[in-house]
Amino acid sequence: MILLWFIVILLAGGVLAWMVGHWSALASRWIALAAVCADFVLGLVTWVQSTSRVSLLEQPAWIRQLEWSWMPQFGIHFHLALDGLSLLLIMLTFLLGVMSVLASWSEIQEGVGFFHLNLLWVLAGIVGVFLAVDLFLFYFAWELMLVPMYFLIAIWGHERRVYAAVKFFIFTQLSGLLMLIAILALYFSHHQVTGIYTFEYADLLGSSLSPSSAMWIMLGFFVAFAVKLPMFPLHTWLPDAHTEAPTAGSVVLAGLLLKTGAYGMLRFVVPLFPEAARSASPVILVLAVIGILYGAILAFAQTDLKRLVAYTSVSHLGFVLLGIFTWNRLALQGAVITIICHGISTGSLFVLVGALQERLHTREIDRMGGLWQTLPRLSGSGLYFALASMGLPGLGDFVGEFLILLGVYQRSRVLTVIAAIGILASTFYALKFVQYAFHGPNTHEWRLPDLSLREGIIVAPMVVVLLWLGLYPQPVLNTFRPAMEALEQHAAVTMQALRR
Amino acid sequence: MNAADLFALLPLLLTAGTAVLVMLAIAIVRNHALSLWITLVGLAASFASLWPIERLLPRQITVLLILDRYSVFYFGLILAATFVVSLLCYGYLKIHAERREELYVLLTVAALGSMVLVASSHFVSFFLGLEILSVALYGLAAYLATYRRSVEAGIKYLILAGSSSAFLLFGMALIYAQLGTMELARIATLVTTIPNNPLILVGLVLIITGIGFKLGVVPFHLWTPDVYQGASAPVTAFIATVSKGAIFALLLRYFYSSGAQSIRPVFVVFAIVAIASMIVGNLLALLQNNVKRILAYSSIAHMGYLLVAFEAGGSMASRAIAFYLVAYFITTLGAFGVITVLSDTERDADALVDYRGLFWRRPVLASIFTVMLLSLAGIPLTAGFLAKFYVVAAGVSGAAWVLVFVLVTSSVIGLFYYLRVLVTMYTRTSDVFPSQPAFHPAGAVLISLTVLLVWLGVYPAVLLDLVRTVLPISGG
Repeated sequence: MILLWFIVILLAGGVLAWMVGHWSALASRWIALAAVCADFVLGLVTWVQSTSRVSLLEQPAWIRQLEWSWMPQFGIHFHLALDGLSLLLIMLTFLLGVMSVLASWSEIQEGVGFFHLNLLWVLAGIVGVFLAVDLFLFYFAWELMLVPMYFLIAIWGHERRVYAAVKFFIFTQLSGLLMLIAILALYFSHHQVTGIYTFEYADLLGSSLSPSSAMWIMLGFFVAFAVKLPMFPLHTWLPDAHTEAPTAGSVVLAGLLLKTGAYGMLRFVVPLFPEAARSASPVILVLAVIGILYGAILAFAQTDLKRLVAYTSVSHLGFVLLGIFTWNRLALQGAVITIICHGISTGSLFVLVGALQERLHTREIDRMGGLWQTLPRLSGSGLYFALASMGLPGLGDFVGEFLILLGVYQRSRVLTVIAAIGILASTFYALKFVQYAFHGPNTHEWRLPDLSLREGIIVAPMVVVLLWLGLYPQPVLNTFRPAMEALEQHAAVTMQALRR
Repeated sequence: MNAADLFALLPLLLTAGTAVLVMLAIAIVRNHALSLWITLVGLAASFASLWPIERLLPRQITVLLILDRYSVFYFGLILAATFVVSLLCYGYLKIHAERREELYVLLTVAALGSMVLVASSHFVSFFLGLEILSVALYGLAAYLATYRRSVEAGIKYLILAGSSSAFLLFGMALIYAQLGTMELARIATLVTTIPNNPLILVGLVLIITGIGFKLGVVPFHLWTPDVYQGASAPVTAFIATVSKGAIFALLLRYFYSSGAQSIRPVFVVFAIVAIASMIVGNLLALLQNNVKRILAYSSIAHMGYLLVAFEAGGSMASRAIAFYLVAYFITTLGAFGVITVLSDTERDADALVDYRGLFWRRPVLASIFTVMLLSLAGIPLTAGFLAKFYVVAAGVSGAAWVLVFVLVTSSVIGLFYYLRVLVTMYTRTSDVFPSQPAFHPAGAVLISLTVLLVWLGVYPAVLLDLVRTVLPISGG
């Protein structure tokens, strides 16, 4: 039941915030905050309970699940399930959710109620994606996150918001529909073999497909996730959407929406089609490495701070893709850690850039400089997250990328070397960000208020979490280890079924 | 024909009776509200009569009509849609027309024609039903005789529908000449014995042409945008839903039960029509600045989507079509309902600029329109999503890959114009607008349509059970 509450609280909180928003903007903000916080606390409780449980070696390794009949005519169930991986991701969702509600406290002044409706519904869709283990429900949630996100960008975005919103919507919708076709193809071919109509994830695992149809169906899923991730040639929606979105939108996009793509790869693409994924992996790995370098280089070339941060996502998510398709223990652990840390560090960077924009009314790096004198706390946190983003040892991102590189090394040395250059390149953009924005003489003579208490409350937990993940990531690794082992085992079982 | 047969015809008789009753009432006293009430009660009674006749199904009544669960399902859909349209008309006519009452006569007659169509099992009843529907529609389209566009729409529809009927008759004549029968069941058995007879093929293609005109699929779509734009908003809603839905139900019954759909050339013709409709409908909608025209082109595309399921064949396809039509009916009625409510005495609110900042002026109405547009675009939480899902599933199960891919890509093109309308509604404007009437009688209808749409989008199990029984093959 608790799984349903995660979603219902967000949906209901959103509607309530909308209705109250007609009378009082402030009440609407508080309701939204309360809803997300409630979910966060619920998530924490679930996490604590799950660690005290003895990890059973049953398959699949769900901590909690909820299954209701939904459309029995199609074999569709309302089936939510939580394992260590989804637990971490929904915790990230709630954490960033709190952050984005707080980050829009002063930025959003018009249509406050409707804004929070969209924000909470997007979060609900994301939680649904992380929890759904019925492929139809998954697709349902996948599509559900789009519309509110579209509104967030199109209504409260910056200058070219409509263009960016439409582009975002079209990219994800087209790729989503391709995934729908793939889901249906899997559904019908499963029926052909077994005579059972089902969208159930656990049943479809190990479904035997001919190699060529497995490849096509895998590609259908892959494209949808690769657009979200985003993988190198499919990334063009990302800089626009991230740049034009309001701060909360950018945080949710970079911190969470991209992660749904990575999650889909981990949960569905490889376990369902291990053989096809393996034969496609050389191409995918190369594209991932190209993405790492390309994102880093383009980030360096940007003068718009938000665009700069946006391109770093392309680079970091390239690492995640590399880790997932290397598919060994180390690389997978690294990928999950990177997913979480990237969410936090990039989310925080977007909050800081948003705070800068609120004060300076520009995102152009040329108009900044010397801000450290007037904004010491903001600049200090900017430096911290920039360092995290470039992979400074001691902070979470380093652990993730290091583990990925270790894993990839076992597979291909050449790719490891090139990907490591990507880390080097990240130093350039991170330092450029810090150097040009915060250091140097204050030539424009900015006199500005420093981080407020509210902004401090947003940033401080992120600082702590990144440090924790960088120094002692073991609890997190323990949380998702059973889940990852289960996934690896699924892939192995499916592979065996195919060989038979 | 015996008493049980007559009893089984109750829905048709009640609808016909309603038309006569409204006409008589007008002769005695002209009262708008009274006419509406008679219509509503008559339609509701006809709808209610669907339950008692259920135990008599399936039943062949003379050679002309077949009453089975398929026809009863579509009876229900037609009656419910007509009911909603009448309600929409009431508020609209109050401010627009001087002679208001006759519209309800035309509306019920058109509903009757549609019902005959979905129950027809003979070329004669097919043609009769079609003409009853069409003649009523000429009157409906041109009903606001003082508006130039309305008359233009009526005449355009008259000429094109007239010529399409001619095609249809010629096609029927050719098939009759070859097979010597006009009964659907006998045609079905005979057609398989002489598969590639040229005269039959020509006849089929001519019938397809006639039906294509009525459905407004490419390349027979030219009338659609003009008539949609010219006719008054509630009438357009009727044309878009009842008229097209009934013809599609008929198409399905004729081509499935006669096995003509699986004849190769016919299959290819429909595939081309489907692809052309999806692509042309969605592309041309991009160029429009008039909401009614956008919806017209969007309906062309939707007919194309339906044809994808039609082409896939099998029982899944007919269920998918039934489900899709329900979702499409609700959505289209809702969308045109919003236009109706927004329209003032001068003209229909069909220009895109009329919708600028609507959300900030009239949030409820804009939210309803948003849900309708999202449903047309096939976004979750609306029935349109499940309908599209069902159609794609039917296509995939029939391995109609090309059609499914065209559906997917063209529906993404379709997103552009739905989003365009959405963006317009959510744009902030500083313009001052004249205050609008706070309550419109159609408001309650629109809200219930929205609730229904979302309910079906979230928990469709009831409707899914219902459409399971809807099979176009007689005796099924």
